[in-house]
Amino acid sequence: MGQTFSEKILSQKAGREVRAGDVVTISPDYVLTHDNSAAIIKEFQKLGIQKVRCPQKIVIVLDHVVPASTEKYAQNHKSIREFVSAQGISHFYDVHNGICHQVFSEEGFAMPGTLVLGADSHTTSYGAFGVFSAGIGRSEAASVWATEKIWLRVPETLKIVLDGQLPKDVYAKDIILKIIGDEGADRANYRAVEFSGDGAEGMSLASRLVLANMAAEMGAKNGYFPPDEKTFDFLKDRAKGIYQPVYSDPDADYEDILEYDLSTIEPQVACPHTVDNVKPVTAVAGTAFHQAVIGTCTNGRFEDLKVTADILRGKTVASSVRVLVIPASRTEYLKALHAGFLEDLVRSGCIILNPGCGPCLGAHQGVLAPGEVALSTANRNFRGRMGSRDSEIYLASPATVAASVIQGKITDPRGSQ
Amino acid sequence: MKKGRAWKYGNDVNTDVIFPGKYTYAVMEPEEMVRHALEDLDPGFADKVQPGDVIVAGKNFGCGSSREQAATCLKCAGVQAVIAKSFARIFYRNAINQGLPVIQSVEAAEAIQQGEEVAIDFQKGEIIAEDKKVFSFPSFPDFVLGILEAGGLIPYTKKKLSKKRSF
Ligand code: SF4
Repeated sequence: MGQTFSEKILSQKAGREVRAGDVVTISPDYVLTHDNSAAIIKEFQKLGIQKVRCPQKIVIVLDHVVPASTEKYAQNHKSIREFVSAQGISHFYDVHNGICHQVFSEEGFAMPGTLVLGADSHTTSYGAFGVFSAGIGRSEAASVWATEKIWLRVPETLKIVLDGQLPKDVYAKDIILKIIGDEGADRANYRAVEFSGDGAEGMSLASRLVLANMAAEMGAKNGYFPPDEKTFDFLKDRAKGIYQPVYSDPDADYEDILEYDLSTIEPQVACPHTVDNVKPVTAVAGTAFHQAVIGTCTNGRFEDLKVTADILRGKTVASSVRVLVIPASRTEYLKALHAGFLEDLVRSGCIILNPGCGPCLGAHQGVLAPGEVALSTANRNFRGRMGSRDSEIYLASPATVAASVIQGKITDPRGSQ
Repeated sequence: MKKGRAWKYGNDVNTDVIFPGKYTYAVMEPEEMVRHALEDLDPGFADKVQPGDVIVAGKNFGCGSSREQAATCLKCAGVQAVIAKSFARIFYRNAINQGLPVIQSVEAAEAIQQGEEVAIDFQKGEIIAEDKKVFSFPSFPDFVLGILEAGGLIPYTKKKLSKKRSF
């Protein structure tokens, strides 16, 4: 019997043939950490050694609270910069670059057939490029810095076949919200999720990133899209090394196979307080909100900013809402700037924030007061995530958020462009 | 065998309610972490939890972010184990790596009630609840036991590094 992508790549890394359920000890190609590097450094220092084992495999991006909003965050950033220079870590991206997952991808670290670990749950994102990438904890990250090794359980794989084409004004975000709503937040627990089908092939890399990113919200260990010409083109001038794509065998064994016809999908909204509390936009249209966020590692790329600008151009944001737009990275910021989108958005009444996580984790740049409601393009709507525990978060696509800010109420984006 | 009382919760207890996100990037001392444990789920927990207590929950415990403090704050509060119908992957890893045993048992998670006295035999793989109810669970693989016995991945790795054994 053949092997899935995950079985194959973990077999290669382990140097023996492994199957779902086996436990392997492997060495990753890269380890990503962000502002939490400060806490990881503290763990590392407990290990009783001076030097990290593999500085060239360590990638650190400061993105969560940038620039630092309090003395404590500033101290964290400072300790990270000192560690980076003392350890000779060259892949360091300071506060002006953007969200770790976007920066990691743009810088060409996410190469097909490689294995990446990150101390962040949305490390699943690089599956969009055919990478085996999974989130780990802080002490694991410290331990990998020290030993270059980690234990992993080989995951079973859930295959999701996406057929057909999305209707107008329906986007990648709607697909993944629909799937999570149908299947539940723990459907892919411990599992790999492989996206395939002509719908997956037709998707841009930015859209694939949305699905792979949110595979984490189904509990997945990793997501995966078979790499293709789009992937190779993107990597042409940026890949950090030579890579060898890995594909599942045609006769691989899947835990289950789900099929979705994209042409039947409507705009979706995840309602408070779980990502799987999903309803079609028509069921929640009219819900008032106070703050909108367009950005994050899920939906802060050029194609998202384009959709937003196309809807908001020449229109005005409702006086009852404040709209925060946060390009995912400096590169995406510049692209949107040159295209004139940011000017359109500022004229409409949006606030453009510097690339980073912004208010996504409720630490700064627009936290919610008790009783307030947010509509966001992020990937999580847990209670208290963006501020007060008595606030609420709805999640939707950039198109739905953009159409909604004009009305000040959740609005069906269909026909808005 | 340590005995403790059960704190019972439902399905999908996420890391934001176990340890609020607003504290995660402010590095905190253990005592301070304990004060925020389960703050947004059960505001009475942090004050009343006793060493040896057990958390009993439904499916997908610990879903959400990869924050390790979700496991650390429970461990520091003296929780001896979390018993649930199922665990979110990263929480499961984090808990073991913090030296906090996590036990998957649908039967025990259903049967054990709030406040019930519970003891756990990790060697035998048994949970002993009131009225002599016993639930068995598969004992942990050796490397996991090793990490739990060392008190977490960091002390475990430290021990290994100091022996200069490769692994
Ligand atoms: S944008 Fe939000 S979800 Fe993405 S890495 Fe930052 S905090 Fe996490």
